[in-house]
Amino acid sequence: MHEMGIASSVLEAVKTEMQRYPESYPCKVGLRIGEMSAFDPDALRFCFEAMIRDTDWAALELAIEFCPRRHHCHACDHEFIVRDYDFRCPQCANFAINCVSGDQLELAYLEVEEYGPGTVGAKSTQ
Amino acid sequence: MDRVPLERKVLSENDRIAADLRARFLEHGVLCLNLISSPGSGKTSLLERTLEALPRQDRVAVLTGDIQTENDANRLKRFHFPVKQITTGGTCHLDARMIERHLADWRLQDLDLLFVENVGNLVCPSSYDLGEAAKIVVLSVTEGEDKPLKYPSIFFKSDLLVLNKIDLLPYVPFDINAAAENARKVHPGMEIVKVSSLTGAGLHEWITWLEAKRKAHKSLVETAS
Repeated sequence: MHEMGIASSVLEAVKTEMQRYPESYPCKVGLRIGEMSAFDPDALRFCFEAMIRDTDWAALELAIEFCPRRHHCHACDHEFIVRDYDFRCPQCANFAINCVSGDQLELAYLEVEEYGPGTVGAKSTQ
Repeated sequence: MDRVPLERKVLSENDRIAADLRARFLEHGVLCLNLISSPGSGKTSLLERTLEALPRQDRVAVLTGDIQTENDANRLKRFHFPVKQITTGGTCHLDARMIERHLADWRLQDLDLLFVENVGNLVCPSSYDLGEAAKIVVLSVTEGEDKPLKYPSIFFKSDLLVLNKIDLLPYVPFDINAAAENARKVHPGMEIVKVSSLTGAGLHEWITWLEAKRKAHKSLVETAS
């Protein structure tokens, strides 16, 4: 149960990034979470929402892209999604143990919107 | 609306400190091993047996993590190697900053081998790089043989599986071959040793693995310098 710490790291990163956009506010932050990363997207979302509730960023959306485990086959250069720990290449039946994706916990992108005349609330002071 | 690429790891601060620790370990020739398991699988007992087996003049140290108490450090101090307790106060894993802080008053040039005993937890410690050369996962035979499938992350990331408490095999319905097979399903080719920290059975296999790792690390350090 370390999703609270992860949610806090994500918010810290958003905060740091937003220093470059003083005339804007963050709308959406995109994360990539791998199947093997030992993170639960639902628990992370729950912690994230709890942390932004009643703040200027209460509407900040967390977009999570779930990344399945992918292996690369040296024999035929094919990349495939591993299901049920079956590492045989579906193309050439070779045993492919080279894991190329599925372990990530990465910040992918941030969507920011400029404050307009109609923006509700003051500039974020977070 | 603008989309700004971020493209960095969420735990980039931890990873930065871990990379710094790894470079320092390499510079001073310290082999750092991170031991991870559920609570009660026998990490501390395995370390007791290991410290007991190592020559007194070996330059070995232990950092041992728990949420509360100095109990594990007190158990391990009996073997006359430097031992320090890390009490996390509630945090369910060790992170690189804790390692850095607790190593601050040890001279790395005086060490060859550093064991880090993580907080008992099969999930969270797998996400935090501590700058170690290898992770070791301990699984005891009183747990389920399907644990590698239920908690794949740590079995995937560990170099070695220590199956502990094999003295209890006659009394528990644990299929040790199925456990090994499951571990290798998650991590093809994973190395496995079967031990009993209570009776000492199989410990020579673990010590052999450890010595081979120390030797390999030594040549790595020599190549790097």
